[in-house]
Amino acid sequence: MTKSELILHLVEKNPHLYHRDVERIVTAIFDEITAALSRGDRVELRGFGAFSVKQRDARIGRNPRTGEAVSVAAKRVPFFKTGKLLRERLNGR
Amino acid sequence: MAGNTVTRAQLGEAVYQEVGLSRNESGELVEAVLLEISDALIRGETVKISSFGSFSVRQKGQRVGRNPKTGEEVPILPRKVLVFRASHVLKSRVDSASPKAAEDDSGEGMPGTVAEPTASPFFPGPGRGGDGGHF
Repeated sequence: MTKSELILHLVEKNPHLYHRDVERIVTAIFDEITAALSRGDRVELRGFGAFSVKQRDARIGRNPRTGEAVSVAAKRVPFFKTGKLLRERLNGR
Repeated sequence: MAGNTVTRAQLGEAVYQEVGLSRNESGELVEAVLLEISDALIRGETVKISSFGSFSVRQKGQRVGRNPKTGEEVPILPRKVLVFRASHVLKSRVDSASPKAAEDDSGEGMPGTVAEPTASPFFPGPGRGGDGGHF
C-alpha cells in the first residue's frame, strides 16, 4: 500500500470528506511525526508503535567494495519499535 | 536532548489545525490512518509512505533462545516482525537538526549563533545517506 492508496481507502470510508482534505490530513500526520523526530522528540502511539531517535557514534567504517577504511561521522537515526498490540495482531493473536 | 513525547493527541491537534474538522473527528482520523496501516500490514502488505519511510513484515524462522534469568533453553517459535525503514528524506531531517544547535536555541542564546532550521546543507557527508549501501 502506498500513501496515495492509503488516502483512497480513507476517502472510501469517509465519503463526507474531500479527497484533497484527506490528503492534507495524512500529510499533516507524517509531517508532525517528522518534525517531532527532527527535534529529537519521541512519538508514542500506543498499540501501534513508537518512533524515536537513536544516536550513533562516529566510527571507522570500510568501503565494502575496496576495503578502504573511511571515517563515518556520528549521526542521529530514526528508529521504530512495534507496539505490543500490533506485534500480537501480526501473529494472529 | 529534548525529551518530549508526542502522542495521538498532538497528531490530532495537527490534523485539527490543517482542516476544518472538529477536534473529535480529527482524533478519529489519526486513529483511522493507523488502523489502515496496521490492517494492510496484517494482510502481509508493505506500506510505503513517500518521503517518510516504509513498513514491511518479515517472517522469522524458529531458533533456540535462552531464558536469561534461568539459562534454560527455550525454542523461539517462527513469527512475523514489523520492520520500518526510514526514507532518506526522514533520515536527513533527523540528522540535520543537530542536538547542539537545538540546545543553543532554547538555552542562553549565544551572540551570533543563529540556529537555522536547515542547518546542514554543508554536511551532506560523503558516502552517507545517498547510496543506501549499508548492509
